[in-house]
Order: sequence, then structure tokens, then C-alpha cells
Amino acid sequence: MSIDGELVVFIICGGLSVIGALGMVLSRKAVHSALFIAMVMINLAILYIANSAPFLGMVQIIVYTGAVMMLFLFVLMVVGVDSSDSLIETIRGQRLFGILFGVALAILLIGGIGSSLGDKPDIGLKAANDEFGGNVEGIANLIFSDYLFAFQATAALLITAGLGAVILTHREAWKPKASQKELSVARFMVGAGHPGNKPNPGVYARHNAVNTPAILPDGSLALDSVPEPVRSRDDSLIVDHRAVSTVVELVESEDQN
Amino acid sequence: MDPIYYIYLATLLFSIGAIGVLVRRNAIIVFMSVELMLNAANLVFVAFARMNGNLDGQTVAFFVMVVAAAEVVVGLAIIVQVFRTRASASIDEPNLLKY
Repeated sequence: MSIDGELVVFIICGGLSVIGALGMVLSRKAVHSALFIAMVMINLAILYIANSAPFLGMVQIIVYTGAVMMLFLFVLMVVGVDSSDSLIETIRGQRLFGILFGVALAILLIGGIGSSLGDKPDIGLKAANDEFGGNVEGIANLIFSDYLFAFQATAALLITAGLGAVILTHREAWKPKASQKELSVARFMVGAGHPGNKPNPGVYARHNAVNTPAILPDGSLALDSVPEPVRSRDDSLIVDHRAVSTVVELVESEDQN
Repeated sequence: MDPIYYIYLATLLFSIGAIGVLVRRNAIIVFMSVELMLNAANLVFVAFARMNGNLDGQTVAFFVMVVAAAEVVVGLAIIVQVFRTRASASIDEPNLLKY
């Protein structure tokens, strides 16, 4: 018995995809599930290529692992990464009966298909793929002849889906966005606080330490310029009296002129 | 290698996906399980195309992929919208139509 290369690929990729599917169902965190199903999809893409469907294999990787799974991860980040399942069953025995149903489905399908398709011939796609020069050309020939209507309906479906997503996630603005003028009026309203930047500590002073209050142009001290924790210990404030008197003199001489 | 094994594998994946839909309650994981079932069906289409020697199966699998992509977009939009109104991604949460 010679070693069948396809059998090796099937055992590796098939096994990995079953492991990935089980991991997807069993893992507690949704992000792990998303990564597991990405693994399943890559392995299925390899199996498509092994089944002489290279175009579908590439589309599987680009569309599923590239676009769909990234969309899933994106929505996971929106919804919250740690949104794991609660362990309380709302319907009693749901988990047990669900697993029983799944196992029964698998046994039924494998038994039924195995008994009805056991002697099905394996014709292979070599002739069909070579008819128009390749797999992509063969599928294109079918899409643009026999399945043309379905292909055009697909276009309508995609546009509808895109519009639907935009409309579903759209949120109506409840009040109009504030203009620059309205923001400015609100800033100067009574009770809104200081309208502009507060002076930094050390302005017009001869120290730039953070506990030196700024001296305003009229010679008074701007206590707001010192951070609140420093200001509350008022023995630590450094007031440069010489600078204050200089500013006051300057203001008075300006007034006389 | 007998391509019937691909059908068996697809059946197994489909059943695991069905169990996921029935057992898990996070809406996003349920959605991923649906995707797994769609992929299993695609594998069946591809394997049957190879067994029967024509490309119709692959064409149908291609259309299934397009429909699945459209479905994912709308489904995830619905999940996001439900999350906005209910602050939860659990499928037990939307129960306003109950009774």
C-alpha cells in the first residue's frame, strides 16, 4: 500500500479543523472562539485546494479568514471582549439535549450518506478544469452563462446587505451639533468658570517652581495657578514680594502717564 | 483516496456547529457556529463537484460564500444594535416578543 499524499493532507487538515471546531464550541472566551474558527477556515481552504478547487480555496482565505473573521473580531471589540457565557441554563437540560441532538445528527447523516453513497465513483475534475483552460475559467464560464441570473441577484443582495448594515447601526442625532459660536457663548456664561487658559505658576514671577503663584498684570496673585494640593498647604507658597512690587510700580507709572 | 471521507468530515463539522448553536448563548459564538455549518455545507458541495466531475458544485459553493458574507454583515449589525439597547450579547436577553 503506497502512501497517498491526499490522505496525509486530509488527516492533518481534517483533524485540525475538527479540533478547531470543538475548540470554538468549547472555549469560554469569544475571542478564542474567533481564532479557533479562523483556524478551521484556513484548514478547509487547504481541503478545497486538495479537492481541485484552487479558486474556492483562495476565496475562502480572502473572504472568510480575511474579511468575515476580522469583522467578527471587530464586533467582539465593540461588544466587549470579556462577554463570556453565563453558566445558568434558562431551559433545563438544554445543554444535554443539544449535545445529544448533535451527536444523533452526526450518526444519522454519516450512516445515511455512507450507506447511500458508498459506491459513488470518483470522476475527478481534471477534464472539467481543462475544458476552458483552468479552474477559474471553468467557474467563470458557468457563472456568466448558466448562473448569470443568480450572479446578478447576488449583486442586489450585496448592495442590500451593505445598506442594511448602515441603516441598522445608524444612530439618529437627538440634538443638533453645537456650533463654534454656541460653544463660545457657553464658555463665557455666568457660572461657567474661567473662560480661557488659566495662568501658569511662575508667570511674572522670578521662580518657576510649581508653588509660586503667577502674578497677574495688575500685581495681584493668581492663586488658581498653583495646583490644588499645593495650594491647600498655604505655608508652602513662595510669593516673590520684590516681583510683585515691581509689577505694581509698573502699573502705577503706566497710570500716571 | 475516497472523497466520501470529505463528506464525513463535513458532516462532523456541521454537527459540531449545530451543537454550538444549540448550547452556546453568546450571540457572537452562535453566529460563528452558523458560519461553521455554512462552511461544512461548502465542503460537501466541493467534494460532490469532484465526485461528479463537473464544476456546478464549486459555483454553488461560491454563491454560498457570497450569501454568507452578506449575512454576516447584517447579522453583526443586528448584534451591535441589540448590544446598544440591552448592553448584553446574550441571546437570552432579547425577550420582548415572549408571550
